[in-house]
Amino acid sequence: MNIAGRAHCFGDDINTDYIIASKYKTASLDPRDLARHLMEDIDPGFGQRVRQGDILVAGKNFGCGSSREGAPLVIKAAGIGVVVAPSFARIFFRNAINIGLPVFICDTSAISTGDDLEFDLEAGTGRNRSTGALIEAAPLPRVMINIVRDGGLAAHIRKHKTFQVV
Amino acid sequence: MAGKTISETILSAKSKSDARAGDIVVAALDLTYSHDGNRPLAMDLLTSMGTDKVWDPARYILFLDHHPSPNALSAAAHTKLRDFAIQQGVRLYEMGDGISHVILPERGHIAPGDLVIGSDSHSCTGGALAAFTTGVGSTDMAAAMATGQLWMRVPETILVRCSGVLPRGVAAKDLALAIAGRIGADGANYMAIEFAGSAIDALSMDGRFTLTNLAIEMGAKAGLIGTDAVTEAWLDGRLTRPWAHLTADADAVYARIVDIDASTLTPRIALPHNVDNVVAIEDLPRTRVHQVVIGTCNAARESDLAEAARILKGKRIAPGVRLIVTPSSRDTMVASMQSGVLATLVQAGAVIATPGCSGCAGGCHFAVPDVGENVLSTANRNFKGRLGNAESFIYLASPATAAASALTGWITDPREEFRA
Ligand code: SF4
Repeated sequence: MNIAGRAHCFGDDINTDYIIASKYKTASLDPRDLARHLMEDIDPGFGQRVRQGDILVAGKNFGCGSSREGAPLVIKAAGIGVVVAPSFARIFFRNAINIGLPVFICDTSAISTGDDLEFDLEAGTGRNRSTGALIEAAPLPRVMINIVRDGGLAAHIRKHKTFQVV
Repeated sequence: MAGKTISETILSAKSKSDARAGDIVVAALDLTYSHDGNRPLAMDLLTSMGTDKVWDPARYILFLDHHPSPNALSAAAHTKLRDFAIQQGVRLYEMGDGISHVILPERGHIAPGDLVIGSDSHSCTGGALAAFTTGVGSTDMAAAMATGQLWMRVPETILVRCSGVLPRGVAAKDLALAIAGRIGADGANYMAIEFAGSAIDALSMDGRFTLTNLAIEMGAKAGLIGTDAVTEAWLDGRLTRPWAHLTADADAVYARIVDIDASTLTPRIALPHNVDNVVAIEDLPRTRVHQVVIGTCNAARESDLAEAARILKGKRIAPGVRLIVTPSSRDTMVASMQSGVLATLVQAGAVIATPGCSGCAGGCHFAVPDVGENVLSTANRNFKGRLGNAESFIYLASPATAAASALTGWITDPREEFRA
C-alpha cells in the first residue's frame, strides 16, 4: 500500500483534545463535519487548509489523552493518508489501526512542513522526495498486521470470531 | 524463572498462559464498561462485529456520566443507551449517579485480580485495587462486547517506590503530580506502573485512586497497587464476591525503578497546558485564580471534599472567584451531605454541580472559563481548551490547595492554613 503526499508538521505530545476539541463532542456525530475543526485549538484554520492525501507528521507521543476514537476518525475524514510519528500513545495507536487509519512509526526530526513524502506501508519504508532521505519504520506486531490486512478490527472479528495473534 | 509483576500475574491467569512482558496474549475479560461521552458509541459498532448481543450482559455496564444532557444530540444519545441497556439486560448508571471510574470500585464491581476494560482513558483508576484495568477505544470495546476477550501486549512495568510518609498538608494528588513530573507524559507509554512503599501503604483508598487515575497522564496502560489491610477494610461491605490478596512477586522484573522520598514533598502544581509541567508550589510566581474546581474522577471523593471543607469552614471565598464542587458520585454526595461537608462548602460560596464529569471537560458544557482566565482544578488534565475555551489556563492541584486558593484568589500553599 503506497501513500504519497505533502507533510504538515506538529510537535510532541499532541493530545486528543487538540486533534478534536472536547467541546465539539456533542456538536455533531459526523466526522466529516468535525474535520473542519481538526487541530483548531493549536493551529486555527488547519481543518480548512488540509487537502485529501496530505500527511500528518508529529513528534513523540502522538494522540495522548482521551480514548475517543473520534480522534483518528476525524483525521481520516479530513483526508489525511497516514500519520507519521516517532511514537504514538497506546490507545490512539490501537484505535487508528482498528478503524483503518494508517500509522507509521519513524524518526520525524528531518521532515519539514511542505516536504513531499512517500511511504510503502507494507514494506515499512518511505522516502522524503524533497530531501532524498530514506525513512525506515518500526514494525507492527503481527496481530496488528492481521487487523490491517483484514481491513480493520470489525472485519477481523467477523472473519475469525476472535483475535489472530500469530 | 523470575517472579511476576501484578500485570503479568493477572494477564497470565486471564490468558491461561505464562504471560511475560512483551508477550501478546488474548485474555478473557471480567468486566467491560462504556459511557455517554465518546463517539462512535461502541454499541453502534457491535453489529459490524457480526453480532447484536453483548457476550455476557452481567459483564458490561453503561454510565451516563459525561454529559448531563446539555443539548438535544446528547439527550438522543442517552435515550439510545437507556434503550440498549433494557434490550440487552445490562446495568446502567443514570445521569447524576457519578463518574464510572469512581462508581465501579465504590459499588463493588471490581475485585483484586480482575481484568477490566473501559472505553475511557482513565479506566486505569481501578488498578488501586490490584486489578488490571485499562482504557480502549470504541472499536476495541465493541470487539470485547462481542467476544468477551481482547488482545493485549503484556506491559513492562515501572516500579515507583515511595519511601517515607507525606507531610501534613501534602496530599496523594501532590505525590501523583510529582511522579508525573518525574516520569513525563510518555515516560510509561505501553507500560504499567506499580506504586509501592511506605508512603503508599499509608494512603487511604481515596488517595490511592487519585494516584492510579493519573497513570494514563504518564502514558501508562495501567497503574497498580498491591492489596493490603487498607484494601481489605475498604472492600469489606462493598465486594460480595470472594477475592484473594494480590501483590507483585518479590523477585518480579521491572523495566525501571523510580524512587521518591515522600517525606520531603511539598504541594505541587501542574502548569498549563501539560500534566507533566509540574512545579513545587514555593517556586510558583504569584498567580491569580478566577475559577476553582474541586471535581472529576481524580480527586473529588469523600475525603477530598472533607479536606476542602476543613479549610473553608466558617470562611468565605474571595470576591471574584467561583468555586465549583462536583462530588464524584452520588454516594460521595450523600455522605458529604450527611457529614455537613456540603453545607460548609455551599456556605463558603461553592456551587454544587451534578455528580459526574461536570467541570472537567468542555464537552460537559459546564463551567466554561472566559478568555484569559485562570482555573485551578483538582482534575487530571489541563490541556489547552480542555474546559471549552482555548484562551484560558488550567492549573492542577490537590483539593487542599484548591480550597486555600479559593479563599485568597491566588494560588495558595495550603500548609499556611495549618499554621492558623
Ligand atoms: S471526570 Fe474528566 S477525566 Fe474523569 S472520566 Fe469524566 S471527563 Fe474523563
